[in-house]
Amino acid sequence: MGAYITRRLIQSLIVIIIVTIFVFIGMRMLPGDPIYLIIDRNQLRNYTQEQLQQLRHEAGLDKPVVTQYFEWIGGVFKGQLGQSILSKRPISIELKKRIPVTAYIGIWAFIISIIIGIPFGIISAIRRGSWLDTIVTTLANLGITVPIFWLGIMLMWLFAVHWHVLPVSGYTSPFTDFWLSTRKLVMPVFCMAIFAIAGNARLSRSSMLEVLRQDYVRTAWSKGLTERAVIFKHALKNSLIPIVTMAGMGISGIIGGSVLIEQVFNIPGMGRLAVDSLFQHDYPYVQAITLVMTAIIVASNLLVDLSYGWLDPRIKYN
Amino acid sequence: MTQQAVTPDTIFEAPPRIGETRRFLRVFLKRGLVIFGLVILFIFVVTSLFGPLFAPYHPNATNLSETLLKPNSQHLLGTDYIGRDTLSRLIYGARMSLMVGVVALGIAAVIGITAGMLAGYYGSWVNAVIMRIVDALMAFPMILLALILAGLLGGGLKNVMIAIGVALIPAYARLMCGQVLSIKENDYVMAGRSMGSSNWRVMFRHILPNSFPPLIVLVTMQIGGAILAEAGLSYLGIGISPPTATWGAMVSDGFPYLLTNPLLSFVPGLAIMLVVFAFNMVGDGLRDALDPRLRGTL
Repeated sequence: MGAYITRRLIQSLIVIIIVTIFVFIGMRMLPGDPIYLIIDRNQLRNYTQEQLQQLRHEAGLDKPVVTQYFEWIGGVFKGQLGQSILSKRPISIELKKRIPVTAYIGIWAFIISIIIGIPFGIISAIRRGSWLDTIVTTLANLGITVPIFWLGIMLMWLFAVHWHVLPVSGYTSPFTDFWLSTRKLVMPVFCMAIFAIAGNARLSRSSMLEVLRQDYVRTAWSKGLTERAVIFKHALKNSLIPIVTMAGMGISGIIGGSVLIEQVFNIPGMGRLAVDSLFQHDYPYVQAITLVMTAIIVASNLLVDLSYGWLDPRIKYN
Repeated sequence: MTQQAVTPDTIFEAPPRIGETRRFLRVFLKRGLVIFGLVILFIFVVTSLFGPLFAPYHPNATNLSETLLKPNSQHLLGTDYIGRDTLSRLIYGARMSLMVGVVALGIAAVIGITAGMLAGYYGSWVNAVIMRIVDALMAFPMILLALILAGLLGGGLKNVMIAIGVALIPAYARLMCGQVLSIKENDYVMAGRSMGSSNWRVMFRHILPNSFPPLIVLVTMQIGGAILAEAGLSYLGIGISPPTATWGAMVSDGFPYLLTNPLLSFVPGLAIMLVVFAFNMVGDGLRDALDPRLRGTL
């Protein structure tokens, strides 16, 4: 087990390093000039060639690319993510405000995707062919096809504009006003979760159906066990492994969804910041947010892999 | 009543022999939703190809005296904030969705399948390098990766296709790699190799055709994903440049008028959902028909 954990940690680290190389190369591939990493492109003509040269030198842009990468990555591991081109303020300050917002919404979305998606998928498998199964399957198929930004707008129209039961948009911290915060989050959390809910339901259903076909389940039935015992003692745990993988992959969808949903509901989180900075060509922000998001995803995938050992003792990790 | 002679044929009534194609079609067309999906896709493709022939107006023709009209006999779905006909824009938007879907898929499939094939076939360090890169790509949420690429490349139709194509590569690479690993153990691959086929011949003449079934299913499912991603990028304003009609941009253009004219955002979104749903249903049907083991479980 220890050796497996070490190996997975190293693999994750390699993946993170490749990600940083991608991000670094991506930012150096900017149309034009890497100088845009330190100055606003609208300001470019206000500088003389000498000044530009000076700026390049100060930012280390005249050093070899490999050196630049290592200097940048060294800073990243020390928590120095650079500074904004436009405001000249350190990125970490802004990120400290943005990350909790996205994380709070994302965690709720993740919890909901599990407590709604998995039970419905499993019930649907146990009652295969029933009206409940038909409803769950149809809703799940719709859930993976709906454009979430559109769903957000339509919910907003229905619940906020038409029925006036929820606030239109915006974000309030749960620490300032928990009730208002919760009311504001109902729609965004649902939209961010919908894809994961539907995905979890579909996969739980198919995984459960697969397990229910196994010989040991038939044996359990023929021993005369109650349905409860067959499902909960024999089938459920065995069907969980692909479900956990899917739930882990759901995190990626939830974080990606924040890019769209925070735009729709005007929420000041990381996703919104990514889009805004991309529009304003404030690339150091884009770079930093990408790193944070991918690191979260790699970490969650690692946790998923490690949880297999707990779920399935047959896996010895060797 | 005459006594019928008892022959092995009458005792073990053999199932009627049917051809492979008929069997495929029988399973494929069994579910109502698959037929529904095929009908939607047919309408979608015809609209994309021949839309200009029957669109009532030019999609970008503005008319400032007829802005934000409700549906009426002149404009069946009303008009937007600068008087463009919603139905015409919807029809032209279909073309953009289909084009992005198909081209992005093509890019992803060619690169992904080749990479996965090389990784699975050669194994060892080739596999390690390619699959770690694929893992790294998978660490990006798909929409974020497409967004950043499109943003860096500068938007526009071509760049959106590239961005979405790259974001979809990992699925193909992983699927193909797994396929190669299981297929290359088969006797016919061994036979091909022992008869002196080159590596390329084994890969492209023996392994690739045998991994088509799951690939076809993945392609069908992923076109929906590509269309959703394009809509998302256009919604954010980083996709295909205005005033080109795209469904995602139409949702976003209609958003400020949600209070007075919710139809403006509703209609294009519904179109996206229907088309993606149709692709998924057809994909499901294909999977049922091509991989009987999974029938009805997903």
